[in-house]
Amino acid sequence: MLTKIARMRRYLGQSMRLMVGVPEYSTYVDHMRRTHPGQPVMSYEEFFRERQEARYGGKGKITRCC
Amino acid sequence: MSSLTSKLGWTVFATVGAVAFAVIALQRGEPIGAIWIVIATVCVYTIAYRFYSQFIASRVLRLDPTRMTPAYKFNDGLDYVPTNKYVLFGHHFAAIAGAGPLVGPILAAQMGYMPGMLWLLAGVVFAGAVQDFIVLFISTRRDGRSLGDLIKSELGQIPGMIALFGTFFIMLILLAVLALIVVKALAESPWGTFTVAATIPIALFMGVYARYLRPGSIGEVSLIGFVLLMLAIVGGQYVQEIPALAALFTLTGEQLTWLLVGYGFIASVLPVWLLLAPRDYLSTFLKIGTIVGLAVGVIFVSPELKMPAFTQFVDGSGPVWSGSLFPFLFITIACGAVSGFHSLISSGTTPKMIRNERDARFIGYGAMLMESFVAVMALVAASIIEPGVYFAMNSPAAIIGSTAESATQAISQWGFYVTPEMITQTASDVGEHTIISRTGGAPTLAVGMAQILSNVVGGRSMMAFWYHFAILFEALFILTAVDAGTRAGRFMLQDLLGTFIPSMKRTDSLVASLIATAICVAGWGYFLYQGVVDPLGGINTLWPLFGISNQMLAGIALILCTGVLFKMKHDRFAWVTIMPAIWVLVCTLTAAWQKIFDANPRIGFLTHANKYKEAVADGMVLAPAKSLGQMQQVILNDYVNASLSALFMLVLISVLVFGVRAVLRARALGAPSAKEAPFELLPVEAASRTG
Repeated sequence: MLTKIARMRRYLGQSMRLMVGVPEYSTYVDHMRRTHPGQPVMSYEEFFRERQEARYGGKGKITRCC
Repeated sequence: MSSLTSKLGWTVFATVGAVAFAVIALQRGEPIGAIWIVIATVCVYTIAYRFYSQFIASRVLRLDPTRMTPAYKFNDGLDYVPTNKYVLFGHHFAAIAGAGPLVGPILAAQMGYMPGMLWLLAGVVFAGAVQDFIVLFISTRRDGRSLGDLIKSELGQIPGMIALFGTFFIMLILLAVLALIVVKALAESPWGTFTVAATIPIALFMGVYARYLRPGSIGEVSLIGFVLLMLAIVGGQYVQEIPALAALFTLTGEQLTWLLVGYGFIASVLPVWLLLAPRDYLSTFLKIGTIVGLAVGVIFVSPELKMPAFTQFVDGSGPVWSGSLFPFLFITIACGAVSGFHSLISSGTTPKMIRNERDARFIGYGAMLMESFVAVMALVAASIIEPGVYFAMNSPAAIIGSTAESATQAISQWGFYVTPEMITQTASDVGEHTIISRTGGAPTLAVGMAQILSNVVGGRSMMAFWYHFAILFEALFILTAVDAGTRAGRFMLQDLLGTFIPSMKRTDSLVASLIATAICVAGWGYFLYQGVVDPLGGINTLWPLFGISNQMLAGIALILCTGVLFKMKHDRFAWVTIMPAIWVLVCTLTAAWQKIFDANPRIGFLTHANKYKEAVADGMVLAPAKSLGQMQQVILNDYVNASLSALFMLVLISVLVFGVRAVLRARALGAPSAKEAPFELLPVEAASRTG
């Protein structure tokens, strides 16, 4: 039960961050470690900035609706 | 056993839904509790989701849980990330939910709550959710490509270009109508104007905070921002009470228009982290929070619906917007039932993160049901207000005058009970000096929400707070949309112009981007200004144009879906998209035709232009014009609007022609010809995961 609540809380947090265009940082780090070992991994700060640019600065990307 | 329980369960469910509908249908003439609407709605959604979306998933689209998805294929931990379906649902819903589903149903309430409710239910089940779901599916099977690309590859280069071109004009109209809603809500309202103005320094502070002080702390900075916002609402009341400050923040519609145009220009060239991103955090979280709060309020308070099920305005003589039930109700409601804009989102970020094709049903179909529920909630909020007050708020001054007495007189003649005291009392309850002709939907929603929320927290003394909270919440996400939309429009324009003038394509060039931004802002600013000075309130002109453009895009998306179904050789099931496509096309084309040619000057642009031309010939000046020069301007506006409607018709018809051509070609072929990404197996651990 408690683990279930903890998981729901985690999902909620992830979903809220994803709503503003920031996916899970740990997933990114895992991905880089697993599939691109040796390549530089962005720090959270760099990752955050990169995502911000991608969401709002992107080429005419429409990320919201009427 | 379990199949029996399941059958029994669904029977009970269907019965509950039927009972709720019976209550709604049989209580004619007497007010019903909003809870019945909620029950009926939820039953319809649940049954539709369980059976119809299941049918589409397994028979029509034949979703393949073993098939590779873009999220795994291109996994980069950034854009392409396999994401849990509940997490992604939240993302997708936040992206599709905006001001549209809130405003449309409020305007539609002038015909009574029933027509709006029925279309919200039927439209979402058979058109809106189907479109979102299938476009999401199509994009997921094609490496998460965008709507324009999908049309290019499945229907042809030319329709793809046409659709992109149409999308740009939708953006302009959308931004103009959204900005108009803000202007209408804030004009002559120092409290509202102050709180909305305060969001700018708050957002700037948050931007600096999240970049330099505590980089990337989204939750923390949003919380700080939220507290500051609440303080701004409280502060607004004091601003209103101090005459010198109140005068500073009491602005006319025209002043607000210029401020908004200037704001749009500056905001969209500032770095994104400074203003746009932090404002987006605030507006997104506030939007989700408010929607949840409204739903909880409606369910627990179950306010009574005072608006009749049908009013006499189904004949098209209504003051809020003109035109008869068919086709204008469907154009007016737009987003909550079927929204073309969603096809851009369904082919945007969501398909790049979907973990398994099977999730498309829950995310595409499910999120749209939720959006429709938000629209039903807005309809409820508009219907719990005394109809007399509703019409006082939503009728243009040209029809009801600008005093409580003149409004009372006009509205009483329509047969709705209202007294001058009721109007002034409502105004003083929500802390405004007038509520007459506050068109645009936002103030009406705010009054409705204030009534509901003040029943939950704070009572009558908190009504003014809740009213301004609701106005702030809408203005906040509309301003985010204006800012982000101007940026998106700028890139689209640079892309389009770049085909002819290569130097315009350079998005890193300051001159090129400033020019493109200026053109965009001037574009929506033109329609906004025209709406603000319109004596019929602007909404009367702009909202149908917006609705038509939005439904036009929905028509294009449904044509694409139909084309793809035929190309997949799933001809037998193509009716699933043909049926809504035909309906959307018929409504959109009829509405556009009537907007151009109708003999009623309140509907037809050309008739309206002729009326002004005749007046000019007689040397007369008609409102809103104050001189013959302005008369010419009104006539020009009419021609611009008529041309735009014609353009939308042309775009839709030409895409239809290309769609039919694609279908005929696909039928002539013996084998499937859909251009899906080649089949690959999904990694085993992903295919077996169900969560």
